[in-house]
Amino acid sequence: MAGHSNWPEWIYVGVVIAIMCWVGAEAWEAERLVEHVPEGAEIIKVTGQQWFWTFEHEDGTKEIGELHVEKGKAYKFEIHSTDVNHSFNIHDYVVLMDAIPGRVNTVWFAPDAVGEHDIQCREYCGLIHYNMRGTLIVEEPHS
Amino acid sequence: MVLELQKPRPIWQIMFSTHHTDVGLLYLIMSLGFLFLGGALALAIRAELFLPGAQIIGDAMTFNRIFTVHGTTLIFLFIIPFASAVGNYFVPIMVRYKDMAYPKLNAIAFWMIPPSGALIWLGFADFTWYATPPYSIISAPGPAADMWIFGLKILGVSSVLGAINFVVTILKCKHPDMSIGQVPLLAWSFLSSSLIILVAIPTFAAALLMLLTDRLGVTGFFNPAMGGDPISYAHLFWFTFHPEVYVLVIPAIGMMYEIIPRFSRKPIYSYNSGIFAFVLLSIVGFSSWAHHMYATGMSFTEKTVFMVGTLAAVPASAMHVYNFIATMWNSRIKFSTPMMWAIGGIALFFSAGAGGVANAAMPLDFTTHDTYWVVGHFHLFVMGTIAFGSIGYLYYMYPYVTGRMYNETMGKIHFLLSFVGTILVFFTQHVLGLYGMPRRIFDYPPIPEWIAMNQIASIGAMIIGVSMVVFLINMIHSAGKGKPANPEDPFGVGGKYYYPFESKNPSH
Repeated sequence: MAGHSNWPEWIYVGVVIAIMCWVGAEAWEAERLVEHVPEGAEIIKVTGQQWFWTFEHEDGTKEIGELHVEKGKAYKFEIHSTDVNHSFNIHDYVVLMDAIPGRVNTVWFAPDAVGEHDIQCREYCGLIHYNMRGTLIVEEPHS
Repeated sequence: MVLELQKPRPIWQIMFSTHHTDVGLLYLIMSLGFLFLGGALALAIRAELFLPGAQIIGDAMTFNRIFTVHGTTLIFLFIIPFASAVGNYFVPIMVRYKDMAYPKLNAIAFWMIPPSGALIWLGFADFTWYATPPYSIISAPGPAADMWIFGLKILGVSSVLGAINFVVTILKCKHPDMSIGQVPLLAWSFLSSSLIILVAIPTFAAALLMLLTDRLGVTGFFNPAMGGDPISYAHLFWFTFHPEVYVLVIPAIGMMYEIIPRFSRKPIYSYNSGIFAFVLLSIVGFSSWAHHMYATGMSFTEKTVFMVGTLAAVPASAMHVYNFIATMWNSRIKFSTPMMWAIGGIALFFSAGAGGVANAAMPLDFTTHDTYWVVGHFHLFVMGTIAFGSIGYLYYMYPYVTGRMYNETMGKIHFLLSFVGTILVFFTQHVLGLYGMPRRIFDYPPIPEWIAMNQIASIGAMIIGVSMVVFLINMIHSAGKGKPANPEDPFGVGGKYYYPFESKNPSH
């Protein structure tokens, strides 16, 4: 680039770098907030296996394929798998975390409206991966 | 330039030749064959997903095998061998040497590919192109999985041999009058991508061996039941295959660097910034592999590091786009078929890159990860950018290879249908991903938005399928019956090649 002026390209590269810095900073800030688990979040143990989801509440209640939670409460999922990799996903609440054998991954959410949402597996896990689905049922607070 | 098909020769003379244009021709024909095979599998996938419920593919296992072989075929048996075809034809000519540095090694590297293609196709494995453990260890049916592993192993060796050959040809065999700063950008793209291969591939080669011994039950590297860790496979895999993305895309960009100045009738705007961006990409490409793994439970710090590494690759890619646009600016462009493919490819490259920035941003990735967004995103690279650049270059080299011109009208129809089809399929898949549809699913619940998006995508795929028929007819028919090309200036753009060592760009 010697011997001639290239200032439009430098401005352009500068603008691109500035946009990337902005995207990175915003993402960093948002992720930092999202990862902060609120205190007192109720723990739900999530187990993925070929090809269904099992849930265990703090009080020992177990559910298969359906998960009942209360509106307005915060929940922390402790996710693991007993066979191959799965990915626990409630798309409507942007809950996504891999279920990996030998590890426990955590993610939290707090439902803010009563309703039903799909739970699905988002990591390829074999034959019935397409139908490894469940339902999240958000209910009014019990008391 | 050697005219291949004007002097009929017995086929065994081409097959057992070690001359760079003969090996290039073999690469070319084989890669196009796999393009059509892999494309047919894509059409089967899209036909299956047109509606919820089983359509044409009877069961999930067959579907899983089809998308696995589709991905493996088009990446390893179309894109990489096609780039090798172009490199074989053009790199020795561009560095003004009589052949590749090691002609026999060159032929060996080619002849390793058909057996590995046969292993992949006869096995028809089902564990996705990523072969994710522990599924691939404890669940994937053999012998398909083992055949896939051996197939990829052989392909890896072939890639390394090819890469060594390109590096030595460019660095050691170039004409003594020519400095490395005068080598054309297409050859530079092969130098960069070959160096990436040499650094990246050994990691995956090791991972494949570990996967194989894990499958045999003698080790437990990735098997949690034996104390192993599946995440370590993900690191080894993506350490090879994120840089591999640049191995695929850099030669395609190099091909655009050949086409765009030629049809703009102008030298490239900035030769040095092209080299700078190639070198930068091939270094920065190694700093971003774990952005594929945000959802595996990485810490906040790890995610931040890999997000920064990913975003750092964007300015280098953007420099290429700038270079192309600045070259076309104020020039007398001739919109022949190769130029249309190159311009379409740049537009889709930009779109793919913009979508990639969204993936790289940590919180957004949890919306898009492993959904159809990702499928749309990387297909805009592999189809929209790499296949577009490659097919454009195929039209560009066609008169030099066959001595005849392709049919220009059919070439343009092929481009227009493919461009519209690509937008319909892959832009729609981005939206489908935002609606939450996971990748790699054989069937889906009848959610109205999912059905509508899938139907648009399937129609787009059929349009691409039609365009490929036009392409095939054009290629075969014109090779025998096309009008003879003028080897000095087949596209009638006048002037001469503006290689940097011949001419300075007068505009700056």
